[in-house]
Amino acid sequence: MIKDPQACIVRKESWKDYHLLSLESPKIALEGQPGQFIMVRITEHSHPLLRRPFSIHSIDGRNVEIFFLSSGLGTSLLSQKKTNDTLDILGPLGKGFNLNDHFKEKDVTIIGGGRGIAPLYFLAQRLSFLGASIRIFYGGKTLADLPLKDKLKKAGFDTFFSTDDGSFGFKGLITDFFKAELEIFTPIHIFSCGPEPMMAKIAKIAQKKKIPAEFSLESVMGCGFGACWSCVRKIRRGNKEEWVKICEEGPVFSADEIIWKEGDK
Amino acid sequence: MTDLSIDLGFLKLKNPVIAASGTFGYGLEFSPFINLDKLGGIVVKGLYYSPCQGNPPPRLAETASGLINAIGLQGIGVERFSEEILPRLKDYNTAIIVNVCGEYEEEYVSVVDFLNKKEGISAYELNISCPNTKKGGLCPALSPENTYTVVSLVKKISLRPVITKLSPNVTDIVEIALSAQEAGSDAISLANTFLAMAVDVETRRPKLANIFGGLSGPAIKPIILRMVYQVASCVKIPVIGLGGIMSGSDALEYLIAGAKAVEVGTANLVDPEATIRIIDELEEYCVKNGIKKIEEIVGTLITQ
Ligand SMILES: Cc1cc2nc3c(=O)[nH]c(=O)nc-3n(C[C@H](O)[C@H](O)[C@H](O)COP(=O)(O)OP(=O)(O)OC[C@H]3O[C@@H](n4cnc5c(N)ncnc54)[C@H](O)[C@@H]3O)c2cc1C
Ligand SMILES: Cc1cc2nc3c(=O)[nH]c(=O)nc-3n(C[C@H](O)[C@H](O)[C@H](O)COP(=O)(O)O)c2cc1C
Ligand code: FES
Repeated sequence: MIKDPQACIVRKESWKDYHLLSLESPKIALEGQPGQFIMVRITEHSHPLLRRPFSIHSIDGRNVEIFFLSSGLGTSLLSQKKTNDTLDILGPLGKGFNLNDHFKEKDVTIIGGGRGIAPLYFLAQRLSFLGASIRIFYGGKTLADLPLKDKLKKAGFDTFFSTDDGSFGFKGLITDFFKAELEIFTPIHIFSCGPEPMMAKIAKIAQKKKIPAEFSLESVMGCGFGACWSCVRKIRRGNKEEWVKICEEGPVFSADEIIWKEGDK
Repeated sequence: MTDLSIDLGFLKLKNPVIAASGTFGYGLEFSPFINLDKLGGIVVKGLYYSPCQGNPPPRLAETASGLINAIGLQGIGVERFSEEILPRLKDYNTAIIVNVCGEYEEEYVSVVDFLNKKEGISAYELNISCPNTKKGGLCPALSPENTYTVVSLVKKISLRPVITKLSPNVTDIVEIALSAQEAGSDAISLANTFLAMAVDVETRRPKLANIFGGLSGPAIKPIILRMVYQVASCVKIPVIGLGGIMSGSDALEYLIAGAKAVEVGTANLVDPEATIRIIDELEEYCVKNGIKKIEEIVGTLITQ
């Protein structure tokens, strides 16, 4: 856990409501792992007061990248920051995806919905480095919600796109696209991040097919480093269920640990 | 060199800045960021006798310059605290204060009785003011009688000084403070959070699963500052001020209004280095204004 009070924005990319900021922060860049996140202070003033959590989207040398959707006061203020502005950030935080050599030359599937694609790019890069063969499913409401599609293709991943309105790729939900494709192949592992109902559906499919799966969860975070107990989710541990701080023990959990929010099944 | 130390009578602090309960974990969470030895003290997260699961999420909602929390005192209970946390806190050279909670009057007594036998604690802070405990759960700080009862029960058996943490959700704070003093409290910490709520207009649901929570942060500072001033002018025991302290200047407002020390809460979540920065800013202020001993500034509000 490092506090970098002056991470400089060295590069910014924007697509309508989606933005990418590359922050020069060598120490955090050195330690960050896929699935971990950083807490970004939006302003030095008192409104908005709390830091906002963002997954590490990629690490590029000395730079830590975040990719986010402008969806409220904090993210919209953040989207107005410019190159050479500095941000006060904490990171890397939490526990990321489970990566090991056993993915070498194996089929793994990554499924991202909307801004949930953020941590999955970094994950795909690392998995690719480990020699895994990667399929990425990336879904959104409409074409404008797939700003990273070209970047994913260019990186050489096997890509599968969907939009709810059919403006690009498969028409319908990414979960349906994935389910259809499962007739053709079976990955040895699934990684996913996106809206809760999407992840809950994937968990169900994965469970049926007995494919291990990991998900990156979200919850409102007061601190991001274990001090306030605001970020809990109900997690299954053995035959016990307990409120677990996702900033410390997550945000990534395996399918058998997660108890999906009611109504999401 | 400025002397930042504060003498509470029953406890000497290196400086007036104490980390507030519930916003500083069990203390150790902050060791990656700051040198805990520099703090005046640490109030650890509220402890019931047994482990407590707390409230369902969402437990936190942000509001203008503040936040509403309904954590519900999730915690590990006294046994695990003394086995897993206390021994590790011993390595630090700062006052360790335990925030004591209870669903019932007797629970405060059992927690203190249990902890009396453990080493490494400087004082107890009685959390008789948490707005989040379950409905029917007791919040003695809302009445002078109940405040008196809990404080005197605990004082009877406590082997350590007792700080009583009051609730701001009352009509006459002075009355409650006097009652705590009469029951033998060694100090007063003022205050806990304001009972509050927030609504999500899209879903028309409360933003907190618990509907109500406690408001903290800069938004509450002016109101609690007023209460600290009122109480400090009436009681003989020391008052510790807290509510919305984000900077050295915020802390100074409380000291000038009559608080002998301050606690820093919400600021820790925003900036894990907040306490240290506040201590540095207090020192700068003293140097700049030729104050040799920070205690000189306590209760020096000029009203005419
Ligand atoms: C571990 C983690 C990683 C995340 N990574 C990304 C990412 O890479 N890209 C991205 O676009 N978004 C990500 N999010 C969601 C992002 O943090 C929220 O969209 C953001 O906090 C919204 O802030 P706001 O001020 O714009 O919205 P507002 O709605 O104004 O926020 C009000 C409050 O609610 C909280 N909040 C609102 N929505 C969420 C949410 N979905 N999850 C958690 N807290 C929320 C805010 O932090 C704030 O405290 C992540 C969330 C978590 C928990
Ligand atoms: C997340 C959170 C948890 C808290 N938990 C406790 C607690 O366990 N015991 C307690 O006495 N006060 C608790 N409080 C209240 C704070 O200690 C403090 O009294 C209050 O937040 C006002 O100070 P602040 O504005 O500096 O935060 C909590 C506050 C917050 C924000
Ligand atoms: S966000 Fe504070 S404990 Fe997880």
